[in-house]
Amino acid sequence: MGEFKVHRVRFFDYMPCAISAMAFHRHSERLAVARADGAVEVFCFADNYFQEKVIPGQDGRAVEALCWVGQRLFSAGLNGEITEYDLENLRPRYTVEAYGGPIWTISSNSQGTLLAVGCDDGTVKMFEILEERIQFQRNLDRQKGRIISLSWHPSGTLIAAGMMDMIRIFDAETGHATHRLLVERGVGASKSKEVVVWSIVFLSDHTIISGDSAGKVQIWDGFTGTLVRTHLVTKWDVLALSVSQDESSLVAGTSEGTVVQFQFLSSTVDQQDKEWIRTRTFKNHSHDVRALVHTDTAVVSGGMDTQLVVRPLLDKVEKKTQESALRKIAFPHRNLVCCAKKAGLLLFQFPDHLEVWRVGESDGHGKPGDSLLVKRKPEKLIQLKTKGEDHICCSALSPCGGWLAYSTVSSVRLYRLQYNNNISITKVSRLPKELRWAHQLCFSSDSSKLFASSTHSTVIVVALNQLECKYLQTLKPKSGSRQPVHLLFASEDGKWLASANTDCEVHVYNLQKLKLHCTVPVYNSCPTAVAINPATSNLVVAHADQQIFEYSLVQKEYTEWSRKLQKQGLHSLWLERDTLITNITFNPKNPAHIILHDMFMFCIVDQSLPLPEAKAILYNQMTLRSLPEPERIRHSHAFKICKNFQHLLCVTLLEDHSLVVVERPLLEIMSQLPAPVRQKKFAT
Amino acid sequence: MAALYEGYTLCGLVPAQNQSNSGIQEVEEERDCDHVLVTDSTRSVTLYKVSDQKPLSSWTVKQGQTLTCPAVYNSQSKEYVAVSDNKVIRIWKEEDILLEKTFKATVSSDIRRVHSVPGEEPVVLFQRGAVRLLDSLLSAPQQPIEEVLSQEEAIRWSTLVVVESQQFVIFTTEQKGENFLYLQRLKPNTLQRYRLEREEPGLSPLSFSASYTDKHIRLLYLYPNGHVYQSVVSVRGLGAEEGAQALPLPRSLLLVLPVGEGLLEAASALVLDEAHVAVVGVPHPSAGAGKDFLCIWNTNFQTLQAGKEMAGKIYGQLWSFSNKLFIPHGKALSVIPYECPKSCLASALGKLRQAKSDESKAPASVPSWNNLLHGEKAPPSRAVETRKTRTTRKSQSAPSSTFDQVLELIKTAPAEEIQKEVDGLISRSDMQDLQPSVGQLASALVSRSLNDAAFYTPSTLAQLVHTRSLCHSVCPDLVLLALERKDYFLCQLCLQFFPDIPEAVTCACLKTFISMSDVDAEKVSLEPDSVSFMETLMAGERGPVGLQNGFSPTSCDEERSDTLSGGGAVINTRAEDKEKISTPPEQICPVGLHKTVLLNEVLLTAYSDTYLLPHLKDLSSQQVVLFLQYLQYLYLKYSQDGFPQMNGLRSPSLSQVMDWVCLLLDAHFTVLVMTPEAKGLLLNLHRFVKSQVRLVSELGKIEGSLQELNKMKGTKTDVGQYSIEVIELF
Repeated sequence: MGEFKVHRVRFFDYMPCAISAMAFHRHSERLAVARADGAVEVFCFADNYFQEKVIPGQDGRAVEALCWVGQRLFSAGLNGEITEYDLENLRPRYTVEAYGGPIWTISSNSQGTLLAVGCDDGTVKMFEILEERIQFQRNLDRQKGRIISLSWHPSGTLIAAGMMDMIRIFDAETGHATHRLLVERGVGASKSKEVVVWSIVFLSDHTIISGDSAGKVQIWDGFTGTLVRTHLVTKWDVLALSVSQDESSLVAGTSEGTVVQFQFLSSTVDQQDKEWIRTRTFKNHSHDVRALVHTDTAVVSGGMDTQLVVRPLLDKVEKKTQESALRKIAFPHRNLVCCAKKAGLLLFQFPDHLEVWRVGESDGHGKPGDSLLVKRKPEKLIQLKTKGEDHICCSALSPCGGWLAYSTVSSVRLYRLQYNNNISITKVSRLPKELRWAHQLCFSSDSSKLFASSTHSTVIVVALNQLECKYLQTLKPKSGSRQPVHLLFASEDGKWLASANTDCEVHVYNLQKLKLHCTVPVYNSCPTAVAINPATSNLVVAHADQQIFEYSLVQKEYTEWSRKLQKQGLHSLWLERDTLITNITFNPKNPAHIILHDMFMFCIVDQSLPLPEAKAILYNQMTLRSLPEPERIRHSHAFKICKNFQHLLCVTLLEDHSLVVVERPLLEIMSQLPAPVRQKKFAT
Repeated sequence: MAALYEGYTLCGLVPAQNQSNSGIQEVEEERDCDHVLVTDSTRSVTLYKVSDQKPLSSWTVKQGQTLTCPAVYNSQSKEYVAVSDNKVIRIWKEEDILLEKTFKATVSSDIRRVHSVPGEEPVVLFQRGAVRLLDSLLSAPQQPIEEVLSQEEAIRWSTLVVVESQQFVIFTTEQKGENFLYLQRLKPNTLQRYRLEREEPGLSPLSFSASYTDKHIRLLYLYPNGHVYQSVVSVRGLGAEEGAQALPLPRSLLLVLPVGEGLLEAASALVLDEAHVAVVGVPHPSAGAGKDFLCIWNTNFQTLQAGKEMAGKIYGQLWSFSNKLFIPHGKALSVIPYECPKSCLASALGKLRQAKSDESKAPASVPSWNNLLHGEKAPPSRAVETRKTRTTRKSQSAPSSTFDQVLELIKTAPAEEIQKEVDGLISRSDMQDLQPSVGQLASALVSRSLNDAAFYTPSTLAQLVHTRSLCHSVCPDLVLLALERKDYFLCQLCLQFFPDIPEAVTCACLKTFISMSDVDAEKVSLEPDSVSFMETLMAGERGPVGLQNGFSPTSCDEERSDTLSGGGAVINTRAEDKEKISTPPEQICPVGLHKTVLLNEVLLTAYSDTYLLPHLKDLSSQQVVLFLQYLQYLYLKYSQDGFPQMNGLRSPSLSQVMDWVCLLLDAHFTVLVMTPEAKGLLLNLHRFVKSQVRLVSELGKIEGSLQELNKMKGTKTDVGQYSIEVIELF
């Protein structure tokens, strides 16, 4: 296979944002996750937890709560606004001011007709959900103290509100408060502090369960308003609660990073008297668990430590299957790094700025395993702050390094970069009006065209030259899909452009004719990376379920190799990986090589070698290394997996055939998080 | 928790017209707990077999006559005794069919009750308080009967309690709203009168119940306001202060039962054991005001343990024989089995005062945690007990009675007989049941041996130790007794099998073992396994000298020459050393074979050094030197021959040996330094340590260089912000 010079890059200070809220759409198994910067992400659990959609955030928009109503997604935040998202165009559809001060919580009734928001001024405001918008209906009885949490009774007639020091139950029809449940404060020093009911759950049997800042999970009788049981769960706050759909299991997330499970069980064999019993404790977070979802088979948690954790409940899933494995999603499933291969430049995308770096240089060669002397250090050429308060949703650097483009939900900006003695950056001022915003941006290999994906999976083609930038064409797929394009790839030879959308469609356009060339047969898992091999014009697609397909654009059919791969099946260890292939590149020196990477490894697939048998060792680099040269051939297979580099954000090949590996060690992310609540460790 | 099980009906009732009484006068136990005599309120007596729920026979007095006193069973003469029309005593046997044809005797005064307990003569209580034994009464039926009670005093309740083969008739009386308790002892006759404290005016006790525990008669009485009081009367001081004067009877409030609305009318409280009281006719605290409940309360904690609703009217009558409650209710007399196990909390808190006498009857099985945690079956619950198991139980009770007999035997019989009996007992019963009894047998044997210098049963004790049901705490004098009687085999067994020998005892053993002569030791027969281990170890005395564990005699020679050349401080010992080199003393075992075996047992016992050290100090310097020499010998053997922990024989491990060396040195260091004979030994030990230290430092060096290697390999671990590396894929 050979030697590679690897630029090991760790200077991309990517910092994911804390998870602040989650909402699960049970029917379609989609999880909406809100982060502290206002970004909202949608994960499709049915499709191997693929992060389908990302709606970029905005300065000053902190989402405090999320809520699905049918297929519609609403959020509310401390800016006092209710936002509905346009999930097709990945942007807020509209915002409505609630006029009640900061909003802490939002909740819809099970019928999906009303939306209740809890405001800082002590009001619960009801909004009617209309076809295209929401309309203020009325206020429930105003209370003293802020409304922190809300939960509707499944019947829709009652609504419970968690407040400071108490819980109120409202009659949703009359708007009057019917019960007042006083929540005890913490003991000791916290006695003087108001207790905050951070989360509340109203069960169909009129049991109310609350989690509060004194570390208690309390079970109340909703009919009488009496306290049934108190479980002291933590010394700190219980921040989130979530109940399973059948109301037999409840999880509580705490500031200590633990998730405590309660189950509705009978303590004796006698089936009658069931009670909520604390059963399990999971500790998968180092920091506060801010948001929780109890799905049918798993507990999904997220919080300050930015990771989304899916912890399957082993009594609900089959053991020792992929389904039963703990899954942590730490990195986004899309590229934040763009590499200008010819110029050796890297573009790093942050929410509110972009950085362009030039990789370093070394002299001479070394033996495998050596670190070479760095002759020229990598340097940051440009740091570009965005204008306005919208965050960046996509960006691109042209292969020559001469053009830089980025898009927010409100505008697309294009810059001309020049690297003479000093670096100059000029904004291209007059962009064609068709180019208002883009889901994905991509330059052609000769940097003469900019492709921007727009509504309804269309792609706008803009021609670039020194003087002007001109709108050429809008490429439209035949399917008429309304879903956004999340992957865009222009082939090296300038002939093809591939786009993939979240309907799992992959369209290939002929760039010479500027029209649709073909549509790859739709596979039921979403593509996570697409690339076209310039030497063979074969399209390689990696899917969320870890499958890989190769499609011949000339023959418009799957290639022989792809068929062979499907027939034999991928190695079980390959399929069991829990991070997705996010980037595919090719080796110009050897067209049979496909370079893929996920978070924990990169892999060079050598199509000329036999595929690994089911019994074969998939990760065989160590074995091969120890074997003498002639023996290696017999033992080697197509998947050359290198795990030397971990926490990968990007692996790509520069024009000089050196690899660029962008790592972002999770430890470094952890070290930049604020200190967690102090915990007593043994013997400290 | 106490429990009430599903009951069954013994017989139907014909309640009186006004429904106020049940139609039953009394239920009395007959020959055993499975037979009861039921006397109805008018004319007939019926004998029932309880487990079969059927009457065996029935007797009736002539029309016009009434039975004024319930029939009792005289277990001595196997006759029944009843009284009709207050004055006529009737006596008959089971085979008599017609009562009219049986023995009658008319007495001069009205009889209140005839009481009888198994094994004792029946006692007759007259209405005016006099008491006669039945026999003496029948010898002269018309004898004058004295009046004990004053005119307006009337007996309300009476019972008979047997205390250490003395009968006590206890009865209560009422006079002008005041209540008195009489304690009449028979043979010699004494009478004591007590005045009960007054409850609220107009309230007299509804029911009484008396029991005897721990040299005290305990009287429990229930007032209509739900208060249950307990009064305790010591049996001891009776008689001394006899007099007609009524002493005030101290009482303590045991329970305040919920009464619902109004006062209790037909209710009764019955002592079940020290901690439990059965109450009938009192409302259940969590079931409204209905009074038709049978409840068991724990008096220690005032907690309700079990409750059962009884269908129909409750008459306030309740009897209990051997874990069965007899309760008339509605139109039936029901039998309800119950269970009152000792509550764990009670025993844990020490609240439950354990009667000594009781303990010897049913000892708690302490011996082994293993048995408590694993194995030990749950006691069969009485609720599911079928008739069959009941009969098997009865047949099983035969060997258990011999167990008691054996215990008796041990107190007096000669050793051979005891040996035989214990043999039989152990072979008969199964291990599970044996557990508690083994401890009792052993302690009985030991206490007799301690008292009687001529008495000693080595084989029996060895056999008991072999059952592995014993431990030191069950029988704390056993090991010391064995030492005293020079029964070293038993000592060895105890050291092997007892997990809990205190350090003081271990040390005493050690002291004895180390100071006994080898000749004595060889006479002792010991466990063959441990002997054979030492034999093999000693057989290899002249085996090849290997380099084990970093120490070999040759290497210590070099060592010594080093020190010699290094400094002159040890020159004095040179001559001695020379001698030692010629005949290395550490190669010859300093003690005899059997002695080594015994010492090994000591090495193998568990100990905690804090407790062992003070006792070790008691050893004399000669003993310490000898023991150290032996330990040194063992250590050398172990170092040379590899690790001879072969084929599962009991042998001390190297670390045990070293621990003991350290302990001995700790305890006696100054003494040893001052003792000239110990000098060579100490020097040798010093050399061991030195060689060990050298070995460790060599190992440290090796570790250091290996770590360097590791470091050379893992330089890549520290990656900065950027690096350019070369990798190779295969």
